[in-house]
Amino acid sequence: MSPMPQRFAAVAAVALLAVPAMLPLVSAALAWAAPEGEIWQHQLQHVLPRVTGNTVLLLVLVAAVTGVLGTALAWLVAGHEFPGRSIFAWALLLPLAVPGYVLAVVFAGALDFAGPLQSWLRDALGVGVRLPPIRSLGGAALVLSLCLYPYVYMLARVAFETGGARTLEAAQTLGMDRRSAFRRALLPLARPAIAAGVGLVCMETLADFGVVAALNVDTFTTAIYRAWYGMFSIAAALQMAAVLALLALAGVWVERRLRGGRGFAGQRPNGALPRLTLTGARAFAATGIASFVLAVAFVLPMAQLLAWAVKHAASDLDARYWAFAGRSVALAASGSLVVVAAALVHGYALRLERRPWLLGLGRLATVGYAVPGTVLAVGLFAPVAALNTWMQDRLDIAFGASAPQVFLQGTLLTMFVAYLARFLAVGTGPVESGLERIHRNLDEAAMLLGARGAGRLRRLHLPLLRGSLLAAAVLVFVDLMKELPITLMTRPFGFETLAVRVFEMAAEGEWERAALPSVLIVAVGVLPVVLLARRVTHVA
Amino acid sequence: MWLELRDAVRRFGARPALHGVSFGLEEGEVGCLLGPSGCGKTTALRCIAGLETLDGGSILSQGRVLEGPGVHLPPHERGIGLVFQDHALFPHLTARGNVEFGLQHLSRPGRRARAAEMLELVGLGDCTDAYPAQLSGGQQQRVAVARALAPRPATLLLDEPFSSLDVALRERLVGELRALLKSLGATALVVTHDQQDAFALADRVALMREGRLEQWGTPYDLYHRPVSRFAAEFVGQASFLPACCGGSGELQTELGPLVEGHGGNAACGGEVDVLLRPDDVVHDDVAPLKARIVERVFRGAEFLYTLELPSGRRVLSLVPSHHDHRIGESIGVRLATDHVVTFPPLRGVTAAGAP
Repeated sequence: MSPMPQRFAAVAAVALLAVPAMLPLVSAALAWAAPEGEIWQHQLQHVLPRVTGNTVLLLVLVAAVTGVLGTALAWLVAGHEFPGRSIFAWALLLPLAVPGYVLAVVFAGALDFAGPLQSWLRDALGVGVRLPPIRSLGGAALVLSLCLYPYVYMLARVAFETGGARTLEAAQTLGMDRRSAFRRALLPLARPAIAAGVGLVCMETLADFGVVAALNVDTFTTAIYRAWYGMFSIAAALQMAAVLALLALAGVWVERRLRGGRGFAGQRPNGALPRLTLTGARAFAATGIASFVLAVAFVLPMAQLLAWAVKHAASDLDARYWAFAGRSVALAASGSLVVVAAALVHGYALRLERRPWLLGLGRLATVGYAVPGTVLAVGLFAPVAALNTWMQDRLDIAFGASAPQVFLQGTLLTMFVAYLARFLAVGTGPVESGLERIHRNLDEAAMLLGARGAGRLRRLHLPLLRGSLLAAAVLVFVDLMKELPITLMTRPFGFETLAVRVFEMAAEGEWERAALPSVLIVAVGVLPVVLLARRVTHVA
Repeated sequence: MWLELRDAVRRFGARPALHGVSFGLEEGEVGCLLGPSGCGKTTALRCIAGLETLDGGSILSQGRVLEGPGVHLPPHERGIGLVFQDHALFPHLTARGNVEFGLQHLSRPGRRARAAEMLELVGLGDCTDAYPAQLSGGQQQRVAVARALAPRPATLLLDEPFSSLDVALRERLVGELRALLKSLGATALVVTHDQQDAFALADRVALMREGRLEQWGTPYDLYHRPVSRFAAEFVGQASFLPACCGGSGELQTELGPLVEGHGGNAACGGEVDVLLRPDDVVHDDVAPLKARIVERVFRGAEFLYTLELPSGRRVLSLVPSHHDHRIGESIGVRLATDHVVTFPPLRGVTAAGAP
């Protein structure tokens, strides 16, 4: 039914949007074709084994801790009544608002040998008392677990609350008490959701750069960074990136397989889960556990952050600070504009042309959300540099000695293309569900009444999509405010944002001075978490 | 012909949804596509609107080819209005905004005036600023009709216009819609699976079955002169009684002789089945022939009895409701048939029952 030009435009748009995500993967893969002698030998012998070991160990630790912690908190909140439950229900999501590197900075500063906690312990218990070092693999696992457990908590809770009531009742009529009903019926029911949550946690852990960099742990992301900035070997960085990308894509594949089998989100609410009212010591313990997690993961670190920020405000809250903030906001705003516009084009093209192969191509475009930012940054650097050389050659031929200098690497081009690759999926989510809610009959009605192409988009879809587009823009904006590795690795020389500033202060061990830029990032980050918390709380 | 389908064919994969359908509407006529679900009636409607493409045959409006070999006019160039089953009102626009949507070629005051006129016409003059969500189902439908009619289409199509409305509202709206269409002199084609709606609304009915046109005619024809058992059973209730052709052109049945009345297709040729409508079998206390009541449905003004004849065959009979008999009682019956319709007998079927 669709005319040829429309089909061509739709296919071209979707194909073009797949380029940012595919290009870095291709250039990383190509790096294996030409192994670079010495440096690569060094990497292979000394770096790769250690990095792989650290990355895998970190993944296992974080997955285990978040899986247990997230599920336990979800069951506590979904299945029990205790003082403060309704507050904890949403407050336990708050750690999502804190970027990992900010939490890492606070922990590193607070748990340092000279930091407040250790000093207090020494005063109280004697000079010999020492905590295990926070700047270690264990410390990184702790920080990442505290940041990421909300993913598991959220998905597990929704699973318990939507599908749990009937299951629990059925199990109880079959003679099980509450405890064994949980273990033998509810837990298996929620297993796909828990697995999905742990899957998300693993993706985030694999992609993390800020926490491991601040806490001095060698993983793939830091190895890529060091190969590039330490050894100036783009080839070695790309080869590392290829291995990391392979791990990440394997993760995507496993996740899609897990989700494909059992639709964990397909459950419709079947009545409220009856909550067991805890009393006495058990109620006290429940409130205590929830408070402890929230305090360690959010309240105390934020209090410490604010205290440091206030302490250094007098000296650091200057024009330079506002320049970082302005740059961050401008970058996040323009980036989210680009990403949301692309998401709209993506969603609209797929709506016009619903062919299975085009949907597949569309999914390729959004696979970038799983590719770590470090991989995208180095993977896009090589093609952009090649493009730069090619353009320079053309100009030199045309103008000779008077040819203007091209310097694409000095622009924000690479950064925006990498943003597009990594965050397109964040934008397409709300846009697609928004478009899905607009019944196709409305398109046909508009068509019969003479509204075509752009007119239909303007008069019908844009007004109906306003909410979804705004939601997408807010989500992308916040993600871009927090984003570290892409901005760090693709920025023009001397271009500093809040996140980059935090990273630089952390690199110099100036933990307290990293607080002031962190505060603003967290403040912005709280916004979508509150929105999310409200939605999740209203599910049941 | 104002609107005409010629040999229309539409396939979905290997399965044909339209199997060579032809019919036509004259100016000002209200037609109806009637049939069970999956018979192709909605596909036919969507092909006329241009939302689907024909695989063969053609569609003409006032002699202009809308659809044919190598021709596929886009929907908005056809001069066809469509009222969707779920109304498909734009939720972000008021009633007036919805009606103005298709009037972009007019100036702003022109749009205003036309929208006001249309909403007035459908009786929603004081709801112009309401959003669809604030309107009742019946009001939404009237906005949808006003929106479709506002650009002055040559033909108005309506897809199951009453299926989303409750029964009480339905009967009144069917009457109102027919009055509106007739007062405008509009040519319209309505898709429905409900025979009552079709009869109340249409001048002509196209009965469809598995992508083919089973019968095309007035509602009266469809009921009293069905061309097939399917038509007889889909339109109204039917029972069939075997009959034998006598020498003088008389049909002999268990309920007595039948004489050709005002029409029908009675052809004399040995064994046939006669179509009996419930109103053809009349309760008469003095009739010599008795039948036993095996089932009864109270319908208010009348009872619908299922009667078992001495041979074991069953027929339906409509009896005024003061004749209150119990199941198991035997009552006197006789035939009062105006239109004798016969079909070749079905092998292996001994008793005919109600659908």
